[in-house]
Amino acid sequence: MSDVRIITGNEAASLAVKLVKPHVIAAYPITPQTSLSEKLSTYVESGELRAEYVRVEGEHSALTVCISASTVGARVFTATSANGLLYMHEQIHWAAGSRLPIVMCCVNRGVGAPWSIFNDQQDSFSQRDAGWIQMYCRNNQEIIDTIIQAYRIAESVYIPVMVCYDGFVLSHTMMPVEIPEESTVREYLPPYKPHTEISPEHPRTVNPVFFPWRRENAEGVLCDGYMEMRYKLQAALLDSAPVIERASDEFARLFGRDHGGMIWEYLTEDADILLTGMGSIAAETTVAVDALRKEGIKAGAVGIRVFRPFPISEVRNAFARAKMIVVFEKCVSYGFTGGMSTDLKSALYGSEVKAPVHNYISGIGGRDVKARELSEAVASSIEMMERGDRDNKTFWLNCHTG
Amino acid sequence: MEKQDTNIAGICSPAIGEAGKTGDWSDLKPVIDHTKCIPSSKNKAACFLCWLYCPDGVVSMSIPVRINLDYCKGCGICAEECPPNAIRMVRKVECDDE
Repeated sequence: MSDVRIITGNEAASLAVKLVKPHVIAAYPITPQTSLSEKLSTYVESGELRAEYVRVEGEHSALTVCISASTVGARVFTATSANGLLYMHEQIHWAAGSRLPIVMCCVNRGVGAPWSIFNDQQDSFSQRDAGWIQMYCRNNQEIIDTIIQAYRIAESVYIPVMVCYDGFVLSHTMMPVEIPEESTVREYLPPYKPHTEISPEHPRTVNPVFFPWRRENAEGVLCDGYMEMRYKLQAALLDSAPVIERASDEFARLFGRDHGGMIWEYLTEDADILLTGMGSIAAETTVAVDALRKEGIKAGAVGIRVFRPFPISEVRNAFARAKMIVVFEKCVSYGFTGGMSTDLKSALYGSEVKAPVHNYISGIGGRDVKARELSEAVASSIEMMERGDRDNKTFWLNCHTG
Repeated sequence: MEKQDTNIAGICSPAIGEAGKTGDWSDLKPVIDHTKCIPSSKNKAACFLCWLYCPDGVVSMSIPVRINLDYCKGCGICAEECPPNAIRMVRKVECDDE
């Protein structure tokens, strides 16, 4: 029998990590991730988890330890938030370029300046173009399940996976979570088979200077240049979508819980107005959809579960019938619009979907976002559309400036 | 058909000078005073801290000690570690003048 416990998001993440049994964990505590790394160190110290816990002096080192350990064949884990994630930025690229299946939790938090410890998604959004798979969780159950899936995905496609969940909103909020059976996790997740074989019998130079041109190695074998290596990463990322879908389907079959593959949908079948978002705010849009339905508005929600690779064909299908798309998001591409809406509009360009995309930047730096505010925003967007204003718009929700 | 490397990341079988003769990247060059160098002067396989600490592996554990300047980046770690101060780092320009 599976065990149901009422736990925080960080504890859910720590239990997931315990179940996948990484060989090496390296993490530096940063709010709101701290209780996750503390919990993991407790498991290791008490012997509940047989892993090497490397205490590092900062996040750059945390990911560096994971990169090194993963290179020599270890299953690894790390976690961070906000400025810690930005501090590891160089190594974020290094991990992806080395094609290492590292799994990292990003407990989403606003980045300084000004200083904030509260939630938004600017931190992980700012790592969008580094070559990682990014998955966003709606609730604590999804955190534990997504981390287990993340290892399976990462180790199938050799791309690191960032499992993102909202700081405090989920990380410190308790809710019932079904803890998967260890034996089922073993069945779902095969041992890590590294592509980086490092041994005295097979000596290898890892990531030396790569030249713009292709060249022959000492054995006369034609080797890629830098550009070919980056192309391979891009191709693998684009090809990873079916792997993510399969990992999700197989998870649903074995564990009985389906959180969606690349996206998830809520009451979309007959919907004219589609609300969308990532993470906990996407879960909140389902409450807003219920409220709008009570008022006779045919609303539905489409949650973006995987932000990279961006679910291009999935959103084109999901929004095919939409008369209006309303994006709620907790990040901004400064100097342009909200980060997710930028990508969404780009994915819809050239498709049959011609619905205007209204974008509400919300919950920045932990500002509370209520379902009522979401449904009011949607109602005002509908009014605009009915007045004949069909432009794509960006608004800051609940932002009061002089 | 040409054999092609199947690695998905930057992994190579080791080869000398993967990036060419990188010794010319340096400004400084180590010069050994063999009268002070322990293995060279005592004719004994001893010390070799320069060999141990060289991050580029260009020092040979031989008598006399030799440094392969084709690949030496001129970091000066060997000079720093050498107990009898037998190695000094000299500017290459200065060196050429000598």
